[in-house]
Amino acid sequence: MAGFDLKEALVKAFKETALMSGVSLLAAVIIGGAIGLLLYATSSRLFVRNRIVNQTAGVIINIVRSIPFLILLVLLIPLSKAIVHTTIGPTAVVIPLSIASIAFFARLADVSFSDVNQGVIEAAISTGASKWSVIFQILLPEALPSLVKNITVTAVSLIGFSAMAGTVGGGGIGDLAIRYGYQRYQTDVMLICVVLLILLVQGVQLIGDIAAKLLDKKQ
Amino acid sequence: MIEFQNISVDFKQKKGTLAAVHDVSFRIEAGEIFGIAGSSGAGKSTLLRTINLLQGVTSGQVLVDGKNVTKVRGKQLREHRRNIGMIFQHFNLADNLTVYQNIAFVLRAAGKSRQETDEMVRKYLGLVGISEKADVYPSKLSGGQKQRVAIARALIGGAKILLCDEATSALDAETTVSILNLIQTLSKKLGITVVIITHELEVIKGICNRCAVMDGGKLVEIGGVYDLFTKPKNSYTKQLIGYTLGHDLPPEVLKNAEGLLVKLTFRGSKANTPVISDATVRFGVQFNILVGRIEYIEEKPLGVLYVNPVGETDAVRRALDYLKEVVKEVEVIEHGRI
Repeated sequence: MAGFDLKEALVKAFKETALMSGVSLLAAVIIGGAIGLLLYATSSRLFVRNRIVNQTAGVIINIVRSIPFLILLVLLIPLSKAIVHTTIGPTAVVIPLSIASIAFFARLADVSFSDVNQGVIEAAISTGASKWSVIFQILLPEALPSLVKNITVTAVSLIGFSAMAGTVGGGGIGDLAIRYGYQRYQTDVMLICVVLLILLVQGVQLIGDIAAKLLDKKQ
Repeated sequence: MIEFQNISVDFKQKKGTLAAVHDVSFRIEAGEIFGIAGSSGAGKSTLLRTINLLQGVTSGQVLVDGKNVTKVRGKQLREHRRNIGMIFQHFNLADNLTVYQNIAFVLRAAGKSRQETDEMVRKYLGLVGISEKADVYPSKLSGGQKQRVAIARALIGGAKILLCDEATSALDAETTVSILNLIQTLSKKLGITVVIITHELEVIKGICNRCAVMDGGKLVEIGGVYDLFTKPKNSYTKQLIGYTLGHDLPPEVLKNAEGLLVKLTFRGSKANTPVISDATVRFGVQFNILVGRIEYIEEKPLGVLYVNPVGETDAVRRALDYLKEVVKEVEVIEHGRI
């Protein structure tokens, strides 16, 4: 097996997975979080209740979320080409990954915001603070432990999605598992890849749980 | 100071509308501690929220310092709200912010400097008596301490009005008294008008000067607290007060009473005169005391006494005439055998 250094390939695949998931997670948290805030704010009497905006945003998110990720990968090839000028490799896969996870996290963030005690928000508004002050200084800190839990959930499903992206030449651990483990019958490579993914997911979940617990001052 | 003019608030429901508040008009004067009583669903909370526009009105006007506030929006609305502090039944403190941060939020959001905020927060923590709890999270505080933090948060922006939405309903009796005392002290010290809504008449009796009673979204009675408790006019008010004061005669007493049963109500200084022993000495009539109670409302006594006079018919009649003359409020409840 000339030219194949397993260790080197694993390191490369790990880096690619980390890059794909990391960039997409960042996009999900920032853009998805903002959309989640929009969903919450347009549904709350205390902010800017607006059924039209709320339902339009909701429908768009549902559409994205109802498309199976594999189809989304193919569907967004033209968009990837237009934005990152390539249709293969981890860079190209970042686009569909981000879009899927933005829609995913937007819903979860909406739930996190909605779970904040309305009385606390009402009390903050009654002090005469602006809505932005209430959002940044009260709503966000109050929702933070729950947001962190939901970021963890998003990160874990992103790792799963990014492995799937391997099937369209996206690179990463999933790609390595399919090309060597499945297509070349190297079960050991497949097993190592699976173990690596398990460890990665466990690690992310553990860090997320600890962070959420540290941030929650309720108990 | 605060004037409600024909306030109505309707809530749209699946079937038709619910009139939460219906055509309510009255006035709250500056510096007063004003109570709004009524059972849950009476519309008190909705009415209270029209003052700081947490609730919009369907019709009518709310005047604060003579200015109609029902239409203010944006920056003016925020300025209006800064003049009005509010505290709640469940305190509504942000759990993930410390006591200090919860209070400082108000000033930071109003654009005050870090230094000015710090000085003010320390001052108000001292005013409500929880200076040592500055860096603690609310989950580590007792209910009374949480409400103290909420009071500091409500007043630190320089509010001239304090709205209390069932602020003591989640507290035990002892803590309720200490919170009411604090509100009373701060009201005097800072010249704050206080509006209290509660279903606990003990609260109204404890610190209010005047009180409105609401039932089914309507104002049914309004007046000085002492008058309201001693001479309620409306049947709903009577029911509410009778229940709280326990002035009704236990049914067993009524059943077993023989002869005349007389209810004497003493108001003000009369509550301290020994009329019963006077009547005994003058007319030779014995009085069997069945139930007796003295309450202090606004530091004025209100006494209720149920007696059963025993003696010759003629003497009893003259004794009752004497009591009617001195006490004024004498009610003969039951004629039995004499």
